[in-house]
Amino acid sequence: MKYIIQFEIIIAISLIGELLNRIIPLPIPASIYGMAILYIALCTGAIKLSSVKETGKFLIYIMPMMFIPAAVGLIETWEAMQEFLTAIIVISLASTVLVMAAAGHITQIIIKHKGKEEKR
Amino acid sequence: MKELLQDSLFFGVGISIGTFLLGTLIKKKWNFFLFNPLLLSITATIATLLIIGIDYQHYNNGAKYLSYLLTPATVALAIPLYEQTMLLKKNFTAIIVGIASGVLMSFVSIFAMALLFRLGHTEYVTLLPKSITTAIGISLSQELQGYVAITVTAIIMTGLLGNIAGGIICRILGIKHPIAKGIAIGTASHVMGTAKAMEIGEIEGAMSSLSIAVAGCMTVGAAIFFEGLI
Repeated sequence: MKYIIQFEIIIAISLIGELLNRIIPLPIPASIYGMAILYIALCTGAIKLSSVKETGKFLIYIMPMMFIPAAVGLIETWEAMQEFLTAIIVISLASTVLVMAAAGHITQIIIKHKGKEEKR
Repeated sequence: MKELLQDSLFFGVGISIGTFLLGTLIKKKWNFFLFNPLLLSITATIATLLIIGIDYQHYNNGAKYLSYLLTPATVALAIPLYEQTMLLKKNFTAIIVGIASGVLMSFVSIFAMALLFRLGHTEYVTLLPKSITTAIGISLSQELQGYVAITVTAIIMTGLLGNIAGGIICRILGIKHPIAKGIAIGTASHVMGTAKAMEIGEIEGAMSSLSIAVAGCMTVGAAIFFEGLI
């Protein structure tokens, strides 16, 4: 019973997200609207953590598997990419590392700086 | 054999989960970073399809039900985020400025390397959404009139790198704070990286989840300024 309720709540929020995605003319997917709705609902107490927790954590746990079908789709785009394959691979990999460096270090520097100020 | 399998509704999901399970076992036995369950599973599934001679459409007829769960799973990412709300409030400025720096770096680095490789406008805008989650990336690529299928490929390569090596890259770069690690992985490699961040720790996972949403929206907003540069 508990898991049925939890699953239904998560699916219902996904549905609301899907509807918002269709109504609002922005390129924001259903899942992001849904994530925002669930977060706000949890913060305001409209939905209790215990009403979504186990099923939600299970979905997150098996999430890596959900990327397999999309990634296997590489066999279809492979030929279209031949022309600038090197560029795609180099740019994808290099910029990923650069983004991690920028986002991570800036966050870390501000947190440390703030920590020092609080100690004073 | 081929006909029997390619019309099956469960073959796609079966082979995907089966190879993932195998990958998980291999990872457990030999803890080498390239033995990433997701990477092993993708490679093994592609190899199987090529060997048996089943095309992607037939495979995906069944496998799409696995992708179907991605929306509810992403919605569920609000749960770990909620559990870390205190941390989010306390470090709000650091988190938002950090994500914004990552998004800016994404645009600048793609722009610079596109110049280096002498890419045309279409190829350039195709790569712009590469660090954000697939669903937002697809819409953005369509809007900018890029090659959507290639955008998806770049997004997946990016995500795979984050999933395989997110933790290692952070260590090499000297990103040690759990919040900073989560922001770095999530901003750079979206949901696939976040799946890894969840394994590293609760704080990393929660911050990475937040980054997907914030970085995705910031990228959409800032794309207008960068799309005309090449």
